[in-house]
Amino acid sequence: MSAAVKTKTVKRIRIDVDKCNGCRACEVICAAHHAQPRFSSTNPARARIRVIRYPLSDIYVPVLAGEYTAAECPGRDRYVIGGKEYEECAFCRASCPSRDFFKEPDSDLPLKCDMCESDPTLEEPLCVQWCLADALVYEEYEEEVKDEPAPDEVDEGLLALAHRHGWDKVRDAMTRMANKAPGA
Amino acid sequence: MRYAETGFNLEVDLSRGNIERVPSDPHMTELYLGGLGTNAQIMWDRVGPDVEPFSPENLLIFGTGLLAGTPAPGTNRTIVSSISPQSRLLAFSMMGGFWGPELKHAGYDKVIIRGKSPDLVYLYINDDRVEIRDATRFRGLGTLETAEVIREELNDPNVQVASIGMAGENRVFFASIEQGRASASRQGMGAIMGDKNLKAIAVRGSKDINIARPMEFIDHCNAALKYIEHRDKNPIRGVIPILAGLGSPQEMAVHDEQWHTENFMWGNARERRKGFWNPEIQEQWTGTMETMRTRLLSCHNCPMKCGASIAVDKRFCSYMMKCFSKLTYTMAAYSDLDFGLRMAQKATEYGVDAFSCPQTMAFAVELYEAGILTDQDMSGMPKDNDERFFWLLDSIVRREGIGDVLADGTYWAAKTIGKGAEEYAHNNIRKTEQLPLKLGMLNPIYFLMYATGEKANITQIEGQFPQSPFPTREENEAFVEDWIHVPDERFKEWFVEWELRGEKSIPNYPPPEAASEIVNWQEQMHYIDDSTGMCAGLSSFPLKPPFHIHNLPGLISSGAGLDLDEAALVHTTRRIRTLVRANNLRRGMNWEDEKPPEDHWKHRFPELEAKLLQEYYRFKGWNSEGVPTRETLHDLDLDFVAEEFAETGILKEEPVGSAT
Repeated sequence: MSAAVKTKTVKRIRIDVDKCNGCRACEVICAAHHAQPRFSSTNPARARIRVIRYPLSDIYVPVLAGEYTAAECPGRDRYVIGGKEYEECAFCRASCPSRDFFKEPDSDLPLKCDMCESDPTLEEPLCVQWCLADALVYEEYEEEVKDEPAPDEVDEGLLALAHRHGWDKVRDAMTRMANKAPGA
Repeated sequence: MRYAETGFNLEVDLSRGNIERVPSDPHMTELYLGGLGTNAQIMWDRVGPDVEPFSPENLLIFGTGLLAGTPAPGTNRTIVSSISPQSRLLAFSMMGGFWGPELKHAGYDKVIIRGKSPDLVYLYINDDRVEIRDATRFRGLGTLETAEVIREELNDPNVQVASIGMAGENRVFFASIEQGRASASRQGMGAIMGDKNLKAIAVRGSKDINIARPMEFIDHCNAALKYIEHRDKNPIRGVIPILAGLGSPQEMAVHDEQWHTENFMWGNARERRKGFWNPEIQEQWTGTMETMRTRLLSCHNCPMKCGASIAVDKRFCSYMMKCFSKLTYTMAAYSDLDFGLRMAQKATEYGVDAFSCPQTMAFAVELYEAGILTDQDMSGMPKDNDERFFWLLDSIVRREGIGDVLADGTYWAAKTIGKGAEEYAHNNIRKTEQLPLKLGMLNPIYFLMYATGEKANITQIEGQFPQSPFPTREENEAFVEDWIHVPDERFKEWFVEWELRGEKSIPNYPPPEAASEIVNWQEQMHYIDDSTGMCAGLSSFPLKPPFHIHNLPGLISSGAGLDLDEAALVHTTRRIRTLVRANNLRRGMNWEDEKPPEDHWKHRFPELEAKLLQEYYRFKGWNSEGVPTRETLHDLDLDFVAEEFAETGILKEEPVGSAT
């Protein structure tokens, strides 16, 4: 039996590198928005968006911070687009050991774009609002996903333990610990 | 905690190789804000009136504006101050770009350079790590080339580099400091950097800039962005296209150059070419621009696109340019835009000012044609017109042959050459500063701006008040409808009454009292910008800008944690403007030099001009020799200036009109 299908709203920032004028306002307002208290400071080094800039090659690529990765890539590629050469990293969203992007400068903790989630919800992420050149455009679209009941968190945790240690050990440990637990 | 500013300056003594991080006095911020204001205060305290431009005692200050690097759109300016080799007065040259905010993030408001390095060096600032590094192998490299090799050496593409080229190294009096898409071009700051054997300052920073009252501040920023979008959709009607919008004149984006090519002068500020602009030229120049321009560019955190990448010998970008430098080489050489953009590429790498350099070259050609400079003087000069200019540029930046003389600018070069050459240095203001245009009828507002501007260049002052009235009173009235920027309603009345012809037209209108106040307002706005690091393109330069005297007090106060209302900000600005003037007066600037070039306007009115000047002085609280009175100085907390001026005899006691 196939699962029912439901729609979910996906938030997306469309990046048009041809429209970028390289001003870095997106970095400035991103860092300010995520400061504690809000807007109390700014620092592009803390921004979750970076404009990769090589002015003499006319390269301006805004990149939003994505997932953290513990290891850097084993090799590097180069892209040639319209005659311009780009490092693979120019398009990469990862907070990664190979560069100082997307890490808190004091703690080195990874940074990730959260689409400016805040209370009350903003109409658009601030980098988009502050990009008057429209190099960054906010879009929402509906995507169909399988409507499967979300697995119970405890079930999921136990499955992971069983996978690693085998059911016997998990059963033993559960029995032993459950007997000692308060209220047993 | 300090807000907007970092509270630290970097003091670098190149003679001794000493580097210190010195806390600044918050009281100085209250008195002078930052940027030009605090630069002028440091220059007054530490550079005496006898210090020669090329001496180790002369300082070279890179001072970021108080708000530079904050989220306020357009706050990215660095004011470079020193004693100019050309005017021998206090120079302040400015640059936008990305260098200033980066310096703030590294933890410094200013870099103050003194002494002279024995060898060519560059300064590397990376947060708390500051090093003086060898640059001898960069000698002779272009400004952008230098920036690239430094980024490679430091293995960091995000380092912001301000550098000099061959012109600065050879102390050309109009050498610039270049910084990617921006430059501090005027008054020879590059020559001072070269004299100190400092090839470049490379900066990288990762610290916070704090905001005192965040929500209030960000509301101001958002309102400005909204207004910029509004102005973008609603250009000013009835003015030429390049002046209808915000930013500096939009010459990278707008192809219609009729106004500059027909109103500004060709050659050595010599000839106005009415009817020059025609459809054929429009098509040719548009083609050049569309082919060579690869992208419009902004400065740090600014939505305007005043700059552009220009591809000359590379496929995507050879250099970056802005504003009127698009046309200065073309017009000096009577050539076309293709030549102008190619020449500007060389000139940018050499690091020269795009106003003074082209005119100095055209001056040399004039002297040659007049027989004052001979074939012997010009030995090696090609016959082809365009090639001549390339040859002259090379000679000047290397200080070879006649280039060594021309490298001092038209005023000093004419003195050296003699034989009547002085007649050809004909369009200088305050003796040494070259102007690019000549006009017909004297305009009282422009007369005052030219005569009394401390930077001796009106782009420092002009902007808020239209350059001329509209053809009809109805159009004047329509213009003032949403003119929220004026200090008070009188300014609207003055403008509405202004006529193109008739009783209330130039030169007699606006009358001296109104002209003084209009000039005072315009210069006030520029002094605010130059102290806060706000770009004039969003504030003091264009008509109806997003930032003005009614919202700047709130922006500055909420950003920097000051408590400035409109009156207090105006008072502070007067203090800064007066101290800048005091720096010049103590160096011998004479009120008799406060005049535009003899033939700047075809029609001159000596009596009216004297009256205008005296009324302006009276309005400013200065005596009849243009020296601020003791009362004015006291009112501005500048008693130390009054004391020195009384001792040195600059301030003679005399009865004066009241200060306003």
